[in-house]
This record gives sequence, structure tokens and C-alpha cells, in this order.
Amino acid sequence: MEKTIICECGHHNPPGTLICQSCGKPFADAKENMEASMRYEGTARRSQTYNRTAVDKIWNFFSSVKVGIWIIVVILVAAAIGTIFPQEMYIPQNVDPASHYESEYGNLGKIYFLLGFHNLYGSWWFIVLLGMLALSIIVASIDRGVPLYKSLKRQKVIRHDQFLKHQRLFAQDVKGDLGTMKIALKEQNYKIREENGSLFAEKGRFSRWGPYVNHVGLVIFLAGAMLRFFPGMYVEEVLWLREGDTAAIPGTLSEDGQYYLKNEKFILEFYDKNDEQFKDALQNTSNPVPKNFQTNAVLYKSDSNGTIGAGEIKKVKEGKIQVNKPLKFDSFSLYQTDFKMDELNAMSFSLVEKESQKKVGAFEVDLINPKKKYDLGNGYSVNLGKYYPNYFLEDGEPKTKNNVPDNPAFVFEMISPESTKKEKAFVAIKNNIEMEGNRYKVEFAGIKTKNLTALTVRKDHTLPIVSLGGIIFMIGVVQGLYWNHRRIWIKEKEGGLWIAAHTNKNWFGIKKDLQKLSDKTGIVMPEDRTAAKTA
Amino acid sequence: MAQLSSTLLYAAFITYLIGTLFFAMSLSDKKEKVASYSKRWGRIGYITSIVGFALQLGYFFTRWAASGHAPVSNLFEFTTFFGMMMVFAFIILYGIYKTNALGVFAMPIALLVIAYAGMFPKDISPLIPALKSDWLKIHVTTAALGEGILAISFAAGLIYLIGTVKQEKSTRETKWLEGVLYCLLCVLGFIILSVTFKSAGYEAVYSFTGKNGNELEAVYQLPVISAPADSAEVQGGFGPLFEAPAWMKGENAAVKLNTMIWSLLSGGILYGLLRLILRKRLAAAIQPKLRNINPELLDEISYRSVAIGFPVFTLGALIFAMIWAHEAWNRYWGWDPKEVWALITFLFYAAYLHLRLSRGWHGTKSAWLCVLGFVIIMFNLIAVNLVVAGLHSYA
Repeated sequence: MEKTIICECGHHNPPGTLICQSCGKPFADAKENMEASMRYEGTARRSQTYNRTAVDKIWNFFSSVKVGIWIIVVILVAAAIGTIFPQEMYIPQNVDPASHYESEYGNLGKIYFLLGFHNLYGSWWFIVLLGMLALSIIVASIDRGVPLYKSLKRQKVIRHDQFLKHQRLFAQDVKGDLGTMKIALKEQNYKIREENGSLFAEKGRFSRWGPYVNHVGLVIFLAGAMLRFFPGMYVEEVLWLREGDTAAIPGTLSEDGQYYLKNEKFILEFYDKNDEQFKDALQNTSNPVPKNFQTNAVLYKSDSNGTIGAGEIKKVKEGKIQVNKPLKFDSFSLYQTDFKMDELNAMSFSLVEKESQKKVGAFEVDLINPKKKYDLGNGYSVNLGKYYPNYFLEDGEPKTKNNVPDNPAFVFEMISPESTKKEKAFVAIKNNIEMEGNRYKVEFAGIKTKNLTALTVRKDHTLPIVSLGGIIFMIGVVQGLYWNHRRIWIKEKEGGLWIAAHTNKNWFGIKKDLQKLSDKTGIVMPEDRTAAKTA
Repeated sequence: MAQLSSTLLYAAFITYLIGTLFFAMSLSDKKEKVASYSKRWGRIGYITSIVGFALQLGYFFTRWAASGHAPVSNLFEFTTFFGMMMVFAFIILYGIYKTNALGVFAMPIALLVIAYAGMFPKDISPLIPALKSDWLKIHVTTAALGEGILAISFAAGLIYLIGTVKQEKSTRETKWLEGVLYCLLCVLGFIILSVTFKSAGYEAVYSFTGKNGNELEAVYQLPVISAPADSAEVQGGFGPLFEAPAWMKGENAAVKLNTMIWSLLSGGILYGLLRLILRKRLAAAIQPKLRNINPELLDEISYRSVAIGFPVFTLGALIFAMIWAHEAWNRYWGWDPKEVWALITFLFYAAYLHLRLSRGWHGTKSAWLCVLGFVIIMFNLIAVNLVVAGLHSYA
């Protein structure tokens, strides 16, 4: 282990110290590079002192601001790459990503997909990068924050001559009166300490904690964002609901019941093209501009342990759900997310005797929950033999894509009083196939449609944590950037006063402070050594 | 009301222009004249800018009254507002530092931004349901203010670079600097061409088949250099010189490519003419005018703008954005391109602050970073809306 550094004043400093923590004498390199040394008050940081064990090496790696910046830059570049083509969540739901990227964006799209960039922000390496950033923030803050805090807490009024002499703003052998200077500095809200004819004025020290505060906020934010992967913290479900239907809201089942929602009505409104206020804009677009997406909903809750059907269902409240205006209950929110207008809901048919074209009866098929048998009276009836809600042909066989009645097809069995034989007919939109020798046929008579609404159910217990992180971050950033830590040392020497000043940022500001001091007390303005160098 | 609003915007624009000229008068390369002469013109320029800002505020609130919502809901309105926030940020920073050179650069850049905004459709349009929220005004105005303040760091950085980059011989730095000025001239060229052809009523139309097999029309307001692939001329005049490559499938891709080509060409012509007249690099021609500036002070201004702008930007473009996204889209973060680019901007300036505060990147390096930061902001404003698109493509 390296030896402690013993200053000429007799103080024992830990190895790695740049400026004596007692008298303020700058050691070897610190003099040449005073501004940089002042960043952390010339204290010994762990990362600058030890580099032997694996822990030291990891600590030193993550405590480096250089490494931190590199992590930021890599995340930045990765994030940018993720916007070249749309991410997987933004491409159409019903396509295969593997072929979609190639067919839409050519070879580049294929490479993009093969490298996994279509799901970049959820990839393991991106999450690892974010984790490394968090680690870097934590380690770098502890490495610097702790010694900085200790050092600023035990600042002494009288500093070593060398310390003053190497500050950026410095004046030697100034004629002036300490008493008037003290008053002038007090007027500028400096806190003043005196000792043996020397003076130390300081303001805005709390701004030095800004970076550490905002880093704490960031870490809380990132931790909150990661918490959503814990069960129970986060629910996201989509509920499709036809007008007039009631359904259990997914994800809302708990010990004290289950929530249900009824969609009374879905409303879609467009702006009127002749609207006085907006007609110039509206008549320039070919598509109508939507004004409102709204679901009129009623919320119910079953009062006991939630098995569906059991327990009594009570109305909780009713309300409108609009974009930007979710319906909130318990810790849940329901958001207007999507809709489908005019979905086929029921089809009506007539049974017709072919020869006479006479209607012998009519019936309606509910396309969501179709009945099997339709009694038309007078001995006539129709059975629904087969039903394909979303019909298509595969190898000559009728099949259905799903349960959504977008293209319904039916196999009807027609029963008449004069025959015991069931006559069969295949009926689809614009496509009827009849058996040979059928006396009757089913004729299409009309449709009923319904609108659907899609609502997103969301519960997010991570929000308070994420918000807290955000608030702390903002406080820290403002604290660190809108204030600055200004210090002025005045030391009595034989030839007059030595004045040195330092600020962690905004030199323009501290120079203005000194100018005011000079105007009030008549002392000479300390010289800015950096400006003198460049001029 | 709408008429009054646009009149006020024109008036503000002209006033800014005059203000810029006053600031230009204040720059002097002669040592002895500096003090009182420069101070007087600087003060006149500053007052003119404030008057212009008041006029633009008038535009903003009359348009608000006319449309019933804060006028920050499409590209014209947002870009105009961004320009106004640049002027506002300039007014604040000039108030602190009283540096005339800042006016000579910040004001023209704000003017370019506002003029560029005028190239988008200006009709007062109604709000789609996603935008109907108080967060529209809160989020968008705060984000624009943050970007406006950050843009001042670019102006100050640019002055620093023009004032300090050695111009004796051509270096990588002088070339990049000329590149930055060339980009500004491209915007100017685009604006001049657009205004010219618009006032002449030029329009060309090409029909082509879109990727879904539907018939589309490409409408050009500038002479056609690049027509859509496999298109037929419906109404034309000049050109086309070539067809856009087939992979540019977007509805307006060929039109945007055409605009891009014209901007680069006109910028090139302007730049070439200036080089011919001045007989030296543009930055070298401006440099003597900046002889009396204090580079240290400009470095400080550009850093201070970031220090002030960064928290405002974070609050507006990330935090308020997240709150609204949570209300409207039921998640506070969804990796939408606009969101990602706001995050990239945030990360970039975070890196800048760390480089400056912890690694001592001052002066030239810091100034170049401010230039790059502005490029990122403009990319997010324009390219993400026009090229990448996503949930934010309302315009």
C-alpha cells in the first residue's frame, strides 16, 4: 500500500490526495492544473488510489467518467439505429416480421432483422447497456461524492499561499479594509467565516450536490422502470367489446371480486368539412379528420371471490372513455385504444320455394353465437349444419381463419313439411352452392352490424417510483446547473491582502460578484489568469 | 382573427430582420470606435428584437383565439414557435451577457427557422383526438423553449468557431466550418426557391402506382428533377431529369428527394457566388468582423445556454412527454422515433455536460459539440417527421 502523504503542516493525507486537506497546500501536479484539481477539492478518490484487486479494477472502470460517457454514446448510437426502420411493435400485427422487413426494406431490412435490430430496445444487450449505465452512475457518484462531501464540510478559512496563488482568479498584495469587504460580501449573500485576520466567503455550496441528487433520481427511475417485470406490478391487457356486450375485464380479478365492463355505445365523430373555423384545412385533405373516439361504458363488479357467474354483480359507475380521458377505478385505467366499425353481427335470410319464388319463412342468424335450429312455422325449419365465421377455401375445403365474422359462410339444412329429406345448401357472400334437386333455397335478406371498441386495461404500480425518480432528477439537475458554488478567500499578508476566488462553473458570474466588491470597496479586481493566457 | 394573426407574424419577421441588421451594424473591426458606437447599435438591435418578439406573441395568441387551441399542433405552428423560443432565449442571454455578436448569429438562425416554417401548410387545422389535451400546450411549449435555449448554444459556438479557427490555410476544421455555413445557405436557398415558384403559381403533377397498387399523385411545387419511379406526367413543364430509385416507395418520397436536391443545389449556388465575390472562405471573410469578440465569453455563453436549456428540455421533451404519453397512449414510454430522438438529444447534452465539467472540454471542442447538438435537434424536428415518421407525424 502506498504511503500516506504528510504535508509540511503535519497533516496526514490519504494516498492520492492532490491538495492537503488541512492547510490546502497543493501537492506536486495540482499546482499546474489547479482548476482540474479543484473539481473534487483535491481529495483522494478510491479509484485514483487503489488498483490491485479485481474489485478495485471493476470499481475503477465504472467510476471513470470517460467510461460513463462512452456508455452514454453507445446507448445513443444504438437508440438511433433502432429508428432506421420501424420496431417490431409498430409493424402490422398480422405479418411475419422475418419476411416483412425484407419485402418492405430490401436487403438492408433483411440485415436489420437478422441482427435483431427490429426488437433493439428489448434486446438483452440493450438492457445490459442500461444496467452498465446505472452501475456507472452509482459507482462514479460514490467515488466522488463521499470524499467531496467530507472535504467541503471541513474547509478551513486560511488556505496555504500556494493554494491561493494558483487559483484562476487571484490578486496579490491588495490594499483594502477587511471590514468593508465583509459587509460588501454579506450584501451579496455570501456566508462569511473569519480567522486571524483572514476571511472566507462562500455561497451556493448546495449546488455541488446537484449531480449526486440527479444521479440518485436517475437510478430510482431506472429501477422503477425495471420493476415492471416483477409479477403484480404491471398489467396490460386489451379488451375488445361489441356494443351492448358485457365482459370481464382481463387482469382485474382479485380476492374482492372481478370487474366487468359493458359497452353501451361506441361513437366515432368526424369534423364537418364546412366547419367555419377549419374549412381551409379540412377541404385540403382527402380523408375526413376524426374528432372523437368514445366508448360509453358501464363498470360493474362482482362482490365476492370472483369466479365468473358466482357472486352478485353490482354497478360501480358509468362514464365516457375517450382518447386522453381514460376511465379510472381502483389502480386500473381503461384507455380508448382502437375500434372496428360495422362488424357483421347478424344476417337474415328467407327460405324460398324455387319454383314459385314464394317466401315460406324468414330467420336471422346471430353471427357471434348462432343457434342450431330455426323454426319457421307451418312445419318449415332450417338447421345450421356448419358455420365458418371467416371463411376461405383451402384445397377445395371450406375453412375459417378465426372467429371474427368478417366473411361468414353457412351450410344450411332445409326441412319442409312435404319431405322428410333434408336439403343442403352452402351459402356464403356472393357464393351459393346448392345440391342437385333442391326444391327450396335460402335467400339473403339483410345484415345487422355492430361497432366494436378496443380498450387497454392498465395497472402500473411502478409509476410512483418512476415519478419519484423523475422529480428527484429534475431537482438535482436544476440545483446543479442553475446555482453555482462560489468561494472567495482573503488572506492577510505582510504586503497587503491576497485575494483568490473559485467557482465550480459560471466564471462570468463570480467575476461580476468581484466587480461589485471592487466597486464597493475600491480594491483592485483579481486577474483572470486563463483569460490573460488566451488573450 | 386568422388574418390579423398572419399579419402579425409577417410584421414580427420583418422586425427581426431589421433587428439583425442593427446588430450587424454594431460589429466593428476597428478597435478605437468600439465602445459607444457598438453599444448604441447593440441596444437598438436588442429593443427591435424585443418588439419583434412582442409582435410574434401577438401572432401566437391571436392564432390561439382563432383556432381554439394552442397553435403548436402541426409542423408550421411548431416550427414557428420554435423560432420564437429561440428569439426569447436570445433575449434572455443577451440580457445577461450583452454580446452583440450573438445577435448577428442567433437572430438570422431564428429567422431561417421561422421562414422555413412558412414552407409548410399554414391552414388552421382542427385537433385529432390524440392531441386534445392540456398537455399539448404544456409539453410542446416547454420542449420548444428548451430546444430554443439549446439552439443559442449553437449560435454562440458557431461565433466561437468562426472567430477562432485559424484561416491561414485549409484544414479539416475550416472545411467542416464551411460545411456548416453551406447547410445554412441550403435552407436559405430552399426558402428563396419555394417562395419564388409559389408566387409564380408553379405546379407539376405526376401519377404513379403506390406499393399497395393504388393510384397516387405526386404534386411538385418546384421544377421536377426527380419524378417518382414509373410515373406519368399529368401536368408538368420542366423535367424530369431522372426518376427516383424504386426503393423510395413513400407516398411523397420522390417529391422530398426533389426538394432535397433543389436545396443542395441552391445552397451550392449561393455558396459559390459568395466565394466568388469574397475570394476567400466564408468563415475567413466573417472572421475580421469578429476581431473584438471575447472567445472566452462566447464559450461561457454557449455552455451557459446548455446549462439553462438542458433542464428545460428534459422537463418538456421527456418528463411532460411521458406524463402525456401515459394519459393518451397508456404508456409513458413506447420507443416511438420522436421519443427516441428526444432521448438521444438528452443523452447527447448529458455527454456534453460530463465532457465539459469532468473532462475539461472547453473552447473549440465544446463549440463543435454545440454545433452537433443543434444538428440532432433539427434532425428530430424535421427528419423524424418527414422521413422516419411514427406516432408524432401529425403534419
